[in-house]
Amino acid sequence: MLYSEIVMDHFRNPRNVGEIENPDGVGEVGNAKCGDIMKIYLRIEDDVIIDVRFKTFGCASAIASSSMATEMIKGKSVREAAELTNKAVAQALDGLPPVKMHCSVLAEEAITKALNDYLGKKGRPLLPERNQNQLAHDHGNR
Amino acid sequence: MNGKVYMDYAATTFVRPEVVSAMMSYHSISFENPSSLYSYSNGNRRAIEEAREAVADLIGALSEEIFFTGGGSEADNWALKGLAFSQAGKDKRHLITTETEHHAVLHSMEFLERMGFRVTYLPVDSEGFVPIDKLKEAIRDDTLLVSVAFANNEIGTIQDVEAIVEVCRDRGVLFHTDAVQAAAHVPIDVKSMGIDMLSMAAHKFYGPKGVGALYVKKGIRLENLIHGGGQERSRRAGTENVASIVGMGKAASLASEEMEFDSLEICKLRDRLIDGVMSTIPHARLNGPVGDRRLPNNANFSFVGIEGETLLLDLDDAGIAVSTGSACASASLDPSHVLMAIGLSHEMAHGSVRLTLGRSSSDDDVSRVLEVLPYIVERRRAMSPLWDDYVARREVL
Repeated sequence: MLYSEIVMDHFRNPRNVGEIENPDGVGEVGNAKCGDIMKIYLRIEDDVIIDVRFKTFGCASAIASSSMATEMIKGKSVREAAELTNKAVAQALDGLPPVKMHCSVLAEEAITKALNDYLGKKGRPLLPERNQNQLAHDHGNR
Repeated sequence: MNGKVYMDYAATTFVRPEVVSAMMSYHSISFENPSSLYSYSNGNRRAIEEAREAVADLIGALSEEIFFTGGGSEADNWALKGLAFSQAGKDKRHLITTETEHHAVLHSMEFLERMGFRVTYLPVDSEGFVPIDKLKEAIRDDTLLVSVAFANNEIGTIQDVEAIVEVCRDRGVLFHTDAVQAAAHVPIDVKSMGIDMLSMAAHKFYGPKGVGALYVKKGIRLENLIHGGGQERSRRAGTENVASIVGMGKAASLASEEMEFDSLEICKLRDRLIDGVMSTIPHARLNGPVGDRRLPNNANFSFVGIEGETLLLDLDDAGIAVSTGSACASASLDPSHVLMAIGLSHEMAHGSVRLTLGRSSSDDDVSRVLEVLPYIVERRRAMSPLWDDYVARREVL
């Protein structure tokens, strides 16, 4: 099998799937050309993420990365959530195949975007976002 | 097949028991090198020649026009590179193929481009057919060869080979066809169809893996790709894979007898599968043509809002083995070049699955797919932002 048992568990039984009505923060990244789109919704009270939901179009790795990332930031403060890295997501999934690492990057970026949406509404300084070029997939030359 | 529903026959078939049985003694009893001079080897030599006749009969060729290879990819490589290299110093350095060929053809063509040849990649229409007028326009005075797959491996499009050959003949251009998916599944007669070269692989028609054949019409000169001993009439060196060649011959002779009946039966299952999916799953798309112009065993669908790998893995969990043209299931992240060539958007090309049937497929197998696939599609769409966007764009579905 291409994927670890943890990836397959999160793919088969993704946690926190869905939307939040009138979310405090929302972030969408990816594009259909690359085959991955992630959308993260946040409910934040007193700077603490009390609920997080996601919707993802993508492969098993993308769905598992979204699921794991939402688990990792639920109940965390905005500051703590901002420190989540794609490497931590991939590690928590017991690794991803090299060609699928971009899925964990997308999860990190979707959360950063959602947090920035929240921070922007509050008039607070935004977090640095990854350069989109870093997310570009290797589409080869064929 | 152990309770598993196998719907990936286009990737490989099982080896028929009759074929296994025919091969067995060539591994351990009649194991001698067929090129040896002592009399023990004569049986092996005869067995190879009988297999050659069986393969030739399957496609209406002469047995001396059949050369065994290590599979379909080698046959494609040999046909294209062998012909191109035979042109050293001559002025015919242009080749034509299509955008929807197997990588064995496309990558060979790209290699030849790096060697200084020029290649035209013809577009196809929305069902995967080569537009004959585009082919006519593409042929030039220096065109050496046209190579078009007899049937597409992903979407099952069976080309109008005779119309393509007619154009080639009119212009004095040779015609090669990659018939790896078509041979032994649909009738082929290289003589009446006017085919100059044809590639095939045994493991696509219940023979063993790692053996194939190239038909080369008498009189066509190809450079050798594999140099060494004098096997295959000095055109393809290497000690013959006797057992596998015998297996290919047996599979070919069985196909000659049973292809018509098998294809009819498999066609019925295919049509039930296609009708079932299209009538129970909203916003599904059948990729490729319908009816007789499609391979009897091929169904290929795209589902708005879902990535193909998720469908493959969910179906695998349900005990159903399929294939996908989705990029994410492969080392490359590009979606299927075939689906892109027939005009699908990236999201639809990413969301495709191919189900291919075979001799062991049953009504129960089709029922099982029709039972679980709608649920899987609905569940995954419910977690897809792309599906939400699609619903919003269309307001009411």
